[in-house]
Amino acid sequence: MIITLIDIILLTFMGATAIAILRLRSLFAVVMLSGIYSLLAASMFVALDAVDVAFTEAAVGAGISTVLMMATLALTGERERPAAHTAWLPIAVVTVTGAALLYATFDMPPFGAADAPVNLRVAPRYLNDSFGEVGLPNVVTSVLASYRGYDTLGEVTVIFTAAVAVMILLGGRKGDDAGIKNEPPKEKLADNDGDGDTA
Amino acid sequence: MKHHRVLRIVSKLLIPFIMLFALYVQFHGDFGPGGGFQAGVILASAFILYGLIFGLENARKVAPPAVVTRLVAAGVLIYAATGYAGLLKGGNFLDYGVLGATPVAGQHLGILIIEFGVGTTVAASMITIFFLFAGRER
Repeated sequence: MIITLIDIILLTFMGATAIAILRLRSLFAVVMLSGIYSLLAASMFVALDAVDVAFTEAAVGAGISTVLMMATLALTGERERPAAHTAWLPIAVVTVTGAALLYATFDMPPFGAADAPVNLRVAPRYLNDSFGEVGLPNVVTSVLASYRGYDTLGEVTVIFTAAVAVMILLGGRKGDDAGIKNEPPKEKLADNDGDGDTA
Repeated sequence: MKHHRVLRIVSKLLIPFIMLFALYVQFHGDFGPGGGFQAGVILASAFILYGLIFGLENARKVAPPAVVTRLVAAGVLIYAATGYAGLLKGGNFLDYGVLGATPVAGQHLGILIIEFGVGTTVAASMITIFFLFAGRER
């Protein structure tokens, strides 16, 4: 009961944040609100007992991406240009897609159902045997690092590729460590209060 | 942000604890929530906070870009090398069971090493991306 109440409150906040993000033109406020949205999503994951996912969402979504967005804002403008045309076609597409997705959820088993397909195949094996096979109390780590170690290697490669791509795109001349040493501006990121100066 | 004395002192106090927490998340991921991904991001956030407060120049002195860019690759290599170590020991790729005296001990060792590789790559990638974004001319 109390969990349902928490879910409803968090969903309401997430909806309100999403609408605010849509309506605001100040990109600084939008970046801040998307950080708040991530934090709300992390709280939602905690309510769903997915602590590891919540941890990642809070660290990556609310933390690092907000900082990177701010760094991008320091390079671009602070305000979004008003849209030149009406958005009826996008609204129609979004509404139809959303309705289709909602309709699809009616076919899904209820959350946490013991006879849901996801709980019938590999999950019992992980839960029953992983402590004997891998010996870790945290089954999530066992699955991520051992049973699905190959997938995790792929994920790390994705991070590596992202860093290399950013180095290629934003780095400067070759031979000077991906341009990182190019005469850096001293106080580039200092305008964090969004008032246009560097205080 | 050199004039914000409160921010400077508070972050000076906080950064060691952020790093300690990153290490805790890194090496306690086997027992509680967390692991290399989260730990890497938390460790990177300590450096990013330092860069935001004390300026990019000082952050580059603490984490030299030449070292950080190499660490991006080193983490993936540590991970893959653990996989090949399993192959050399007669198991399958990324089969940690053969790395230790008993399968469970091997799993422990393998997971510890690959999580360290994950943390290294994630932290170094985040720091590199931040340096590149923040060091760019408008």
